[in-house]
Amino acid sequence: MSASPASPGARQTVALALFGLALVAAPFVVDRYILSIILLCLIGAYLGQAWNILMGFCGLLSLGHALYLGLGAYGAAALYVKFGIGPWLGVFVAMALAVAASFVIGWLGFRFRIEGVYFSLLTIAFAESARIGFDNWAWLGGAAGFFLPVRAEDFGQYWNLRGGPFFFYYLALALAAGGLFVSARLRASKLGHAWLAIREDAQAARALGVNVTRARFMALFVSAAMTAVGGVYLAFWGNNIFPGQIFDMAHSIDIMLGPIVGGVGTLFGPIVGSFLLVPLGEALIEALRALGLNAPGAKALVYGFLLMGIIAAAPSGVWPWLARRLRLQDREQ
Amino acid sequence: MSAVAQPLLAVRNATKRFRGLTAVSDVSFAVMPAEIFAVIGPNGAGKTTLFNLIAGAFALDEGEIHFDGRRIDGQSPDKICEQGIARTFQIVKPFPELSVRDNVAIGAMLRAPDMDSARAAADEILRKLDLFDKRGQKAASLTLPDRKRLEVARALATRPRLILLDEVMAGLRPTETDHMVAALRDINRAEQLAIVMIEHVMRAVMALAERVHVLHHGASIAEGPPQEVTRDARVIESYLGLKAAH
Ligand SMILES: Nc1ncnc2c1ncn2[C@@H]1O[C@H](COP(=O)(O)OP(=O)(O)OP(=O)(O)O)[C@@H](O)[C@H]1O
Ligand SMILES: [Mg+2]
Repeated sequence: MSASPASPGARQTVALALFGLALVAAPFVVDRYILSIILLCLIGAYLGQAWNILMGFCGLLSLGHALYLGLGAYGAAALYVKFGIGPWLGVFVAMALAVAASFVIGWLGFRFRIEGVYFSLLTIAFAESARIGFDNWAWLGGAAGFFLPVRAEDFGQYWNLRGGPFFFYYLALALAAGGLFVSARLRASKLGHAWLAIREDAQAARALGVNVTRARFMALFVSAAMTAVGGVYLAFWGNNIFPGQIFDMAHSIDIMLGPIVGGVGTLFGPIVGSFLLVPLGEALIEALRALGLNAPGAKALVYGFLLMGIIAAAPSGVWPWLARRLRLQDREQ
Repeated sequence: MSAVAQPLLAVRNATKRFRGLTAVSDVSFAVMPAEIFAVIGPNGAGKTTLFNLIAGAFALDEGEIHFDGRRIDGQSPDKICEQGIARTFQIVKPFPELSVRDNVAIGAMLRAPDMDSARAAADEILRKLDLFDKRGQKAASLTLPDRKRLEVARALATRPRLILLDEVMAGLRPTETDHMVAALRDINRAEQLAIVMIEHVMRAVMALAERVHVLHHGASIAEGPPQEVTRDARVIESYLGLKAAH
């Protein structure tokens, strides 16, 4: 409509390509600290993408995504440490574990019509139960944590996810890119449209021939499996897993804050949200340290106020606002 | 196989109770392939409940429903839609955040191999219902008459053999009603689509329906061609009399 030289779609492609190039080049430009922060942004973007498929597309609010993260992390790590089976294979077991857990949640939720907030409570209950279970599971280290061996001779076994910061950085980039790709493909598919219809009005969707239960299960499975892959990454990147950390409610909240701030249900919201919140959190820690304000909860308090500010300014997410501003989009999405 | 034409839809002794209230009481009727059939009756007569029974949204307490010779009561709404019965909602249920086109494409998805062909099918239906120019708008931004049209478009997109229309003319201006009547008649002829319509707008009923079934307090009180039914004393008393009063 406007006299702009390029359509919003083309501008979006160019913006995405530039952003991707910058991320590919980053390790050669920025220092280790900045690189580690970008890595966290990428992992956050990836996990946000997984959560967004369930909530943003299908309208199912999971408050316990840490469950799938933890199952993925423990699944692949245990196979590697206890049985010598590498994560290249373990990742499939990790996904299967998460899908199985999501099936139980889905079965309970859909079979007994546990909907809305009650479904969300169910997801919390499962994540918390897993935390308590793993806390007491001595074979996997219990509350004291489970550790992966870091041996110099393993270095370079990339198929076993044994590598340095560059390796893990590019792996995170691949995950974030892959997550965006999967999300975009699904959203454009028939299944993706069934999800959107269910999110908007499940009864109307059903009347149009959509098998609502089946589609909801698919969303759960995809989201759980993707999150489990993120868990495998975290286990082999950090080389330690603690039930109190990986299954923590705070972890579940972290996963969802990115897409909420970025724009629930949008493709780029999880990316924008993560690239906003992770540096914000880091900057806040630095600022409070510089000010000598290390009272417990100070970070959470300031962070909370900043979040409220962002959400009040862009209630449907930062990405839709940004896209309008930069003319990267013609309408919805 | 008998040579006598088999009804497309057969409702037999359908009964539905809500706690103490019998919303649909022992209702029976049959609709032939490509027939246009109207269900009328005063507010609260049980018309929408009857549709919910046919479409599988409510379970029957008594009776049976057959479609194309197969028993369908007890099946889920999506299975019933898949077999060829589409329905609209009296209180419209658009997908508000999605475009008009995607709303209809989601209906078309049922019989389309992919979204591109679903959108192509949607465009064709949007043209028939004068919504093509608004295809890019969010459904939330439509006016009520347009939402009614969208409701019809979305149901048609599932390529049904029978469509259940619940007061889709309500709120339309007379010219808009005539437009919708013409569009429905075209589709009925071109695609051998059977239509069961709940309608208070007698202008549309008289123009379209071959037969009319009248409900009152959940029970059937008359059935026949519109000219006959509108002369029936009980119908005039229970329903048309009320209408004439205002
Ligand atoms: N889900 C329900 N639960 C309880 N009662 C219901 C329910 N749905 C309908 N009813 C009752 O059943 C009766 C028939 O309602 P119904 O909606 O079928 O009437 P209708 O003929 O469609 O009326 P209108 O012309 O106003 O749309 C009413 O008394 C209504 O209150
Ligand atoms: Mg009604």
